[in-house]
Amino acid sequence: MNDTTRYSLLEAVNLALHRAMRDDPEVLVLGEDVGVNGGVFRATAGLREAFGARRVIDSPLAETMLAGVAVGMAAQGLRPVLEIQFLGFIYAAMEHLISHASRLRNRTRGRLSCPLVVRSPMGAGIRAPEHHSEAVEALFAHIPGLRVVVPSSPARAYGLLLAAIDDPDPVLFLEPTRLYRMNPQPLSDDGRRLPLDSCFTLREGSDLTLLSWGASIHECLQASRQLAEQGVSVELLDVACLKPLDMASLEASVRKTGRCLIVQEAPQSAGLGAEIAASLYERCFLDLQAPIQRLAAADIPPPLYRLEPLYMHSVADIVAACRQLLAQP
Amino acid sequence: MPFVQPQVPLTRYLQADGQPLGELPACAENTEQLRVLYRQMLLTRLFDQKAVALQRTGRIGTYAPTLGQEAIGVVLGSLMHAEDVLVPYYRDTAVQLLRGVRMEEILLYWGGDERGSAYADPAVAEDFPPCVPIATQALHACGVASAFRIRGQARVAVTTCGDGATSKGDFLEALNVAGAWQLPVVFVVNNNQWAISVPRHLQCAAATLAQKALGAGIPGEQVDGNDVLALHECLGRALQRARQGKGPSLVECLSYRLGDHTTADDASRYRDSAQVRQAWEAEPLRRLQRFLAARGAWDEAHEQACVADCQARIEAAVARFDAITAPSPESLFEHVYARWPAALAEQRDAWRERMAQRPAGGPVDE
Repeated sequence: MNDTTRYSLLEAVNLALHRAMRDDPEVLVLGEDVGVNGGVFRATAGLREAFGARRVIDSPLAETMLAGVAVGMAAQGLRPVLEIQFLGFIYAAMEHLISHASRLRNRTRGRLSCPLVVRSPMGAGIRAPEHHSEAVEALFAHIPGLRVVVPSSPARAYGLLLAAIDDPDPVLFLEPTRLYRMNPQPLSDDGRRLPLDSCFTLREGSDLTLLSWGASIHECLQASRQLAEQGVSVELLDVACLKPLDMASLEASVRKTGRCLIVQEAPQSAGLGAEIAASLYERCFLDLQAPIQRLAAADIPPPLYRLEPLYMHSVADIVAACRQLLAQP
Repeated sequence: MPFVQPQVPLTRYLQADGQPLGELPACAENTEQLRVLYRQMLLTRLFDQKAVALQRTGRIGTYAPTLGQEAIGVVLGSLMHAEDVLVPYYRDTAVQLLRGVRMEEILLYWGGDERGSAYADPAVAEDFPPCVPIATQALHACGVASAFRIRGQARVAVTTCGDGATSKGDFLEALNVAGAWQLPVVFVVNNNQWAISVPRHLQCAAATLAQKALGAGIPGEQVDGNDVLALHECLGRALQRARQGKGPSLVECLSYRLGDHTTADDASRYRDSAQVRQAWEAEPLRRLQRFLAARGAWDEAHEQACVADCQARIEAAVARFDAITAPSPESLFEHVYARWPAALAEQRDAWRERMAQRPAGGPVDE
């Protein structure tokens, strides 16, 4: 099927899962409601019908169990793709991801390994109930042995998810919930993988580097276009792979433009933006024409949805932050 | 209506002095097999003593002695098939030795070297290394058992833990999923009465730990963990049940931790020496030794010959352990990812540079 039908990010995830399960009999999908129901967002729709209950497994409602069982399966050479229904529910699974999945290869000197993928919807902006809007990618980017990937377009979701499933090590694959059904784009189901340690240049420019990942990319794209209309040339990079970070590409862009704004949906303190900014300062401080700026959520919990728009940054916020950065001598 | 604790069976065939309590199971007739088990228990105990001595003299780090629990591990290890997978906790020297983990590997692990979990013997290629975060291994065993089921293999995942682990969510979630999916897994609880300083009665109000299985819809039973005949019956049944696709089960083995929690612990701070003396009366080696002696199948000459043989094997293993040189500095990076990511190359380069600047004689500060 090499046509270029339009797919949403959610459909791209589904398409990649179908392909991965078709291509490799060791791939299996497990989680809460992923089988008969096809997932609460329908990311796993059709898999049960296509591949059967043995490979598409509806689990008891227990996130610790899910992660622990996936570790055991992966150690046996299966490739479990496990779904945590919302990122706010992943904390119960963290001990297995941090103390076991990320370390099994190292502690056995490569005798055992853990090729698993954890998929989870991430982020705010869908007027969801409490604990359904978290963006806690930084908690995982801190852990040696893990990879953390956040797609922000259907094509990147497709290519990065296939690469994550192929990868011999554990990968956290965080899907921006807000983008799930937004802007379907042409995509061919050609099985092409994207690299797991590269950022993506979405727009080339010369005045300022705009770095972001996840759902914020949507606003960053709009802000870049608005600024272009005002004669400002923005270079927009989707960081996408948060662990490990493609610092070489980020550095090259910032060296070129001399100015950098990092847009991060998550709360500011100790977020990925801090790591990126610190690394950029180490690498290209003398090329900077202005201090690197972060536009992040304040250090407050994601609110219930009535005030959600005030928690998140708007296109206008990003444009204003860019303007401020450009105004500095 | 008053609350009544659920009942689970308790199996015991031998008194503490080795005298039969009544009719014995078929395995009691196989004297040669029992002698093999006894020799292995003796080897385990002597190796355990050696490991403690090596820690006391600074040649290995912290070690978790298996003293008093030799029967559980030895019977379990002898009943498992080579193709089964062991997902152990950290007090499993007895099972690990029988599975094919080498003594020098056990010493390497506790001696601070990851190569101790690399296991050279192909028979243990799929076994997990000892698990330190309590009870988490129970879920890994369920994952391994799921893989067996998905692939249609007649293999069993066996996981062990202590009494303290049964208080953790991981353990209960493991029982639950094992029941829901009818997995070929056996949960072996080494109830040695102590979780570091917390005694069994403060751990849980359940009359038995085995009854926790009942809430998950799977069978649970108690067995005298110092009675080789009883262990052989109960663990054999549980393994067979799993292997035949009849589902998981939990066996709570009643024993006593005769040693400290680890070599870093001093149990005299929190438990009464009279209780420990009493527990020594019920310990597993002497019980089987007396049982065999009463049948004319073991005597002092056998004992001395066996001790000498075990000591020679242990000393040879310690010599092999001593001959293993330090791992290469670069090995710090070799197994974190299948391949060290290019994006992290600079971190490794910076580390190399720091190491190169350290004074000659190695990367470690004097």
